[in-house]
Amino acid sequence: MSLNKQGKLDLDPATVKQARSLARKAGRPIVTMAKKHTTVAVERATLRLAGLEGADPEGTPWVNRLLDVVRADVGLEHGVALPVWDALLRGEADDLATLAQKASAGSVTFRLPEGRDATRATTASRRQVGAGIRRIDARRKERDRLIRRFGDAPRKPWIYLIVATGDIYEDIPQAQQAAREGADIIAVIRSTGQSLLDYVPEGATREGFAGTYATQENFRLMRAALDESSKELGRYVRLTNYASGLCMPEIAALAGMERLDMMLNDSMYGILFRDINPIRTFVDQRFSRQVHARAGIIINTGEDNYLTTADAVEAAHTVTTSQLLNEYFGKEAGLEDWQLGLGHAFEIDPDIPDSFRMELAHALLARELFPNAPLKWMPPTRHMTGDVFRGHLLDGFFNLAGALTGQGILLVGMMTEAVVTPWLSDRDLALQNVRYVMNAAGNLHEDFRPAPDGFIAGRARQVLAETIDLLDRIVSDSDAAGDPPLLAAIADGTFGLMKRPADGGRGLDGVARKSGAYYNPATELLEEPLDTVAARPAREPKRATKGAPR
Amino acid sequence: MTIVRPYGDTTGDGMVQLSFTLPLCSLGAHKKVAEGAAAQLANKMGMDPALVVHARPMGPDFTFFVVYGRVHHLVDTSKVEVVERDYPLLTPKEVNAAVKRSMRRRLTIVGACIGTDAHTVGIDAILNIKGFAGEKGLEYYRELKVVNLGAQVSVPQLVERARAEKADAVLVSQVVTQRDAHLLNTREMSAAFRESYPADKRPLLIVGGPRFDEKMAAELGVDRVFSRGTTPGEVASYLVHRLTPRPDQQPERKAS
Repeated sequence: MSLNKQGKLDLDPATVKQARSLARKAGRPIVTMAKKHTTVAVERATLRLAGLEGADPEGTPWVNRLLDVVRADVGLEHGVALPVWDALLRGEADDLATLAQKASAGSVTFRLPEGRDATRATTASRRQVGAGIRRIDARRKERDRLIRRFGDAPRKPWIYLIVATGDIYEDIPQAQQAAREGADIIAVIRSTGQSLLDYVPEGATREGFAGTYATQENFRLMRAALDESSKELGRYVRLTNYASGLCMPEIAALAGMERLDMMLNDSMYGILFRDINPIRTFVDQRFSRQVHARAGIIINTGEDNYLTTADAVEAAHTVTTSQLLNEYFGKEAGLEDWQLGLGHAFEIDPDIPDSFRMELAHALLARELFPNAPLKWMPPTRHMTGDVFRGHLLDGFFNLAGALTGQGILLVGMMTEAVVTPWLSDRDLALQNVRYVMNAAGNLHEDFRPAPDGFIAGRARQVLAETIDLLDRIVSDSDAAGDPPLLAAIADGTFGLMKRPADGGRGLDGVARKSGAYYNPATELLEEPLDTVAARPAREPKRATKGAPR
Repeated sequence: MTIVRPYGDTTGDGMVQLSFTLPLCSLGAHKKVAEGAAAQLANKMGMDPALVVHARPMGPDFTFFVVYGRVHHLVDTSKVEVVERDYPLLTPKEVNAAVKRSMRRRLTIVGACIGTDAHTVGIDAILNIKGFAGEKGLEYYRELKVVNLGAQVSVPQLVERARAEKADAVLVSQVVTQRDAHLLNTREMSAAFRESYPADKRPLLIVGGPRFDEKMAAELGVDRVFSRGTTPGEVASYLVHRLTPRPDQQPERKAS
């Protein structure tokens, strides 16, 4: 990325280093805490990796039924693996599916095996969960192979479009049409409320509110449809979904096994915006990111959300702070730079003087702080008023800022934002807007050098300084319970004015402190070095320098 | 003057613009038929003459049209039905003073997005101190106690919390309108409050969201519906109007 090496903002390397080291200081105690805990979702994800699928006639997944029984018998703190594979070795059932059925009928009692029994259960569980990890490895290799065969997206930024009908069979033709119209990435928005379900729905779904449920079958159907489109169009079309909410680890595992390519996955979004318990979130998040790292999935973080609830000028430094934390947590979990789609958004009130210059400053700051991360650039939503004509202009400026600052993933803004879910014509107009800007100004970044002492460089330095102040405050925060400083900071409303105490929020009852006997083969395998798969894909994300706009 | 026509560039010219998509091919030989079809639709909608100024094929199956034309309809503003603001608009200071004077305690408001709706933008705009449209939210008002339950709150949770807080008013925001979820959720909510409170003890029920019709309050079983663009100040003023008895109290007047 030639653009970034030179540095257009002339950021002081010592300041940048200080920001990263503060983020590490804030993040490390959280990681230590995460390692000491497990959650129902992590254990269910382990069962899913071992191949347990399907649901009972009421729609409760077998992984939930089985885990609930194990938990009632021996508790959550030892992990699900030892009691379950001990039962299988004792001949309680021939396979996991049968065991889950017998367990929910009340005809199996679980125990925590010891000595030789424990060793045998360890080995057996590791073998079976290892098959799931190998499946993820195979899907990753398959992605690399398909990209080589079909070709990759022809230029940067990648164009990201959303479908959200609620019905997977309606989503499929819409997604294929969007790909034909130029989308490089299709995101299937989830049904409102899925983040608070403590189970993953099963099967192909046709009923959703403002989105379609994330299920393994829906993932499979959509990926197969986009493989068809990739073949037709001669470029690999990526698929995105959401690893967030109470089932983050399970959805990450399903995404890896069904070859999704990107996942929304933020370190603090669930805590702040969904009131999910902070400890639950950090534990689930670390596991899901380990899966994403292994699966070669690019994560998209959710910093845009800070700006939809707070003022985009006043809160600019909270975005940078969150990006630094997401980077730390992501890398700790094994993600590489090219997998970090750090988020930010074009949300400054357009009535403020110099709003576009400030947008450029913020976007360029993100670009230069994270030169090798793809960066996810989100369009205006807050100041889309229903005046579709003005909105279309605002989207044009958003596209221009994206082109000028080398954003990697561009979520296409719709002029009917806040009015209707996008119509066919809205999407077509939006893509025309993108094409016009990329065609007219896609290479303008080559000529764009903010004056070293000018407004843009000054604003970027100011945001970075405010970021360091905020990180400083976070690492010196504390609470009566002696929680890690970041948890104390979240509890006293440091982010987005939302106070989320460590002992509050949804999903806390699904968290347990690991016992001395705890064993989880998935965690063990995910923390081993990746040797069977190339650590990097063939495609190194690159910004096209010659414009080949579609 | 209560009779008006749309205004293009001359009084009374009746000019309007319209855009829409037809599931028709307009490539090659199909172009004329597609444009004719667009003109026909515009004519049937009352535009005469209708000028199809733009027809853009979107793939082989759809065409997007922009049409300009004249309509001959007259609009009579005296027959427009609206819910006029039937209460005086107060400043935060006046709201605080009124509550303090007549209630002698803080006025308690419980707010939430109910059902599966996760969009807190509406409730936050009204309740969060940050506010909306340059006005501070209700949390800013010293004499208002705000309990914002956030998103995806179930109706039973809302009722329970309203009782526990002895709420004077309950504010519900609904943004998601797919399959009329906002209407269904609101009816469920108002029914639950009617069931668990005696009629004279029930808190004031207020619902808001960008797609509500302000005239639907009675049908939905709530006291007031606020639509798009409502500011915190309007909500606070309404609360004072309804909840603080005044010496010159008028009987409730239904909007015309």
